[in-house]
Amino acid sequence: MFGWEFPPHIAGGLGTASYGLTKGLAKHGVKVMFVMPKAGGDEDQSVVKIINASDVEMMSEYSTLDEYWQNVNFMEIGSNLVPYLDPETFERTVTETIKTGEHTEHIAFRNKFQFSGKYGTNLMEEVARYAMVAGTIAAQQDFDIIHAHDWLTYSAGIVAKKVSGKPLVIHVHATEFDRSGEHVNQQVYDIERRGMEAADRVITVSNLTRNIVINRYGINPDKVVTVHNAVDFQTREDVEVERGVKEKVVTFLGRITFQKGPEYFIEAANKVLKRYPNVRFVMAGSGDLFNRSIRRVAQLKIATKFHFTGFLRGDDVQKMFLYSDVYVMPSVSEPFGISPLEAMRAGVPTIISKQSGVAEVLKHSIKVDYWDVDALADAIYGLLSYPGLGKMAGEEGLEEVNQLKWENAALKVEDVYKDALGII
Amino acid sequence: MKKTLCFYFQIHQPVRLRRYRFFDIGKRHDYFDEYVNRSTIRRVAEKCYLPMNRLVMEMIKRYGTNFKVSFSISGSALEQFALHAPEVIDSFKELAKTGSVEFLAETYAHSLASLSNTDEFETQVRRHAVRIEELFGQKPVTLRNSSLIYSDQIGERVAAMGFESMLTDGAKHVLGWKSPNFVYTNAINPRLKLLLKNSRLSDDLTLRFSDHGWHEWPITADKYARWLKDSAKDSEIVNLFMNYETFGENQPAETGIFEFMRSLPEFIFSTTDFEFLTPSEAVKKHQPVAPLHVPYPISWADEEKDITGWLGNELQNEAFEELFKIQPKVKALNDPALNEDYSRLQASDHFYYMRTKLFSDNDYHRYVSPYETPYEAFINYMNVLSDFIARVEDMEKMRNIAEDKITKETESPEKPKKAVRGSRAKSAESAAKTTGKVSTKEKKVKSKH
Repeated sequence: MFGWEFPPHIAGGLGTASYGLTKGLAKHGVKVMFVMPKAGGDEDQSVVKIINASDVEMMSEYSTLDEYWQNVNFMEIGSNLVPYLDPETFERTVTETIKTGEHTEHIAFRNKFQFSGKYGTNLMEEVARYAMVAGTIAAQQDFDIIHAHDWLTYSAGIVAKKVSGKPLVIHVHATEFDRSGEHVNQQVYDIERRGMEAADRVITVSNLTRNIVINRYGINPDKVVTVHNAVDFQTREDVEVERGVKEKVVTFLGRITFQKGPEYFIEAANKVLKRYPNVRFVMAGSGDLFNRSIRRVAQLKIATKFHFTGFLRGDDVQKMFLYSDVYVMPSVSEPFGISPLEAMRAGVPTIISKQSGVAEVLKHSIKVDYWDVDALADAIYGLLSYPGLGKMAGEEGLEEVNQLKWENAALKVEDVYKDALGII
Repeated sequence: MKKTLCFYFQIHQPVRLRRYRFFDIGKRHDYFDEYVNRSTIRRVAEKCYLPMNRLVMEMIKRYGTNFKVSFSISGSALEQFALHAPEVIDSFKELAKTGSVEFLAETYAHSLASLSNTDEFETQVRRHAVRIEELFGQKPVTLRNSSLIYSDQIGERVAAMGFESMLTDGAKHVLGWKSPNFVYTNAINPRLKLLLKNSRLSDDLTLRFSDHGWHEWPITADKYARWLKDSAKDSEIVNLFMNYETFGENQPAETGIFEFMRSLPEFIFSTTDFEFLTPSEAVKKHQPVAPLHVPYPISWADEEKDITGWLGNELQNEAFEELFKIQPKVKALNDPALNEDYSRLQASDHFYYMRTKLFSDNDYHRYVSPYETPYEAFINYMNVLSDFIARVEDMEKMRNIAEDKITKETESPEKPKKAVRGSRAKSAESAAKTTGKVSTKEKKVKSKH
């Protein structure tokens, strides 16, 4: 399995999903070898074998780039264009680079390539190098099937397939259309499409994503299968939280980017505050719309009731859920969206946009169109002012979310494997 | 008649906020970063306040009452000196005893209250004046507002408070063809005299003293004395207004700034016909030449000499509005702990950290903001302010409940009347405190810390 991240070193939902899936597969007796660009060494290896791509010595015949491209003739890599993917990590990486003066580009490329494993400035280069290492691993290791998560690893999957001849399953957690709207990065799109075309089976995290894969990438519907994500609650540590604020708390937690629809949350907050003063709104996370959101909140003059926390990690995420009375995910486009499940797990009633994959599996969540600010405000107001509604949504939601086990998702993934291998 | 050279030095240190997160709201009410505040005060005391005070003392000893300067020290700076560097206060007290030093009044908190429509400005100025008199035995008669912010209205308020004169900037867009080197008056109340900063000569020291790229570098004392003389050829007074931190902190000792200041009076006395005066002496000596019309507030900041450094974007406006919206409640409650925090939250620095306009080279406030972006400054400040507002509202509720009880007791005939009178007397007493005895309250707060 090729991934880009694995807990505890994660920037988003991809790592969490990879971890949950591998654990689920382990329960069904599927052994997983997880290759990632840069392992921290503190990953939970109880159910997977982690291979750190930075530790892999390249086979000698692949040791120079040119030679390599001749051998594996599948794609060309252009410049180091930074794909618009994960702004907060990108921002951090760039600032770090500026601060330390460190330039990963200058790292000598000998037998081992030191991957940063971050979504950084020379992401494209890393993707290409990761693919090269994948070829080496594919030749050395023994396995039955290749599973690649998201576009960063598709190239690695293709190379591994070429080298080993084993079937390739790619797992689409998000597409370029989710990340960038209609302004797609052509390079990323091309990599995605090549991966989907080369794959024997394509797993999508929702029917929403499945439709995008079929319609936007022109992939044969027969090989595209939806496997909804689940939630892994064993990683959840119990955090005791004593709330400091007396008001009710409505939370947005996620990257503050176009995709997540932060502006709709702010506008709805403004409407709710006019009618229901006993509430505070919290926007947790960071991203390229962070500053704009703060300015908007200041313009609306609601800043004493609307708070920003910046990027939350570890226990703070859990703490934030325990602080919340309502959780809102107004995503414009969300392939799946795991965070409402985490909120529900904490017993928090949720409001999600109809444009999210998770809306396909949840019954006990209020669903609104992301652009319908009035409906969103209405839903928030309802959950706040009618205790029965909030109580029911919270309790039923908890019940519902407990049924979404990775074990079950893994079973479906296993079926996909069997299908690809022709065992069924 | 001799010409006048008037030095005024500003000393201000805000009480800096710690990182205050959303999760802290309602739980922690300690908003301030003890460590950063202490280390900053210690550092600047060692580099600037103590050595420069020694130098001023040395010059006063050498020239007697011929050498004079004036200081304005914000209440928040004084407060922090008392905590972290009491020797700085001692050395200012020594200077006060010489009779060659005038201490000016300002807002205690280095506040932007003059721009709000509350009476917080008057409260702040009174509180500061009381403190200055306590420490230095002088009742201030000259006022300088935060960053020399001034307008016709502000001047009118200051005059109504009984001040004789006020300092502000000789902003070009206000002066036009007129020279800053005269005494002017407020446009509404001509009894208030205005002293205007000579920007060029002041900035030669604060900004350009160590600028090696400047064609006039290095400035020597004789050259500077010559410039002073030239600039005052057809005028009466040159006002050199600057931050005290210029000496040793912004212009480090290595630049030779101390040696420059040490030898400056010698050249002034031998080559010019200037005499050193303090602001209150200067306005007595010189006849005002004209009223100065300033309909919109000016300040000494940036190229624009306006207030957009503090109130120039939505973030700043929102924070400012919320801060002063709560003022009547804070005032009515008159709780020592709330008053203290409220004062500290007013420091103009908090708003300056939220500025988004580009830093120009000629920036007086070229100090580093503790925040990476104005947005973070805003978030942190608003978190603190939200908690503060919640505290104010809680206390207000509690007081109302208590008062309701009293009214009920009065209404019900069964209750003994004595108890009613007792609690009424108490509330009357606290009302009395609200109006007058600010200083005694303050002392109580001080001793608590």
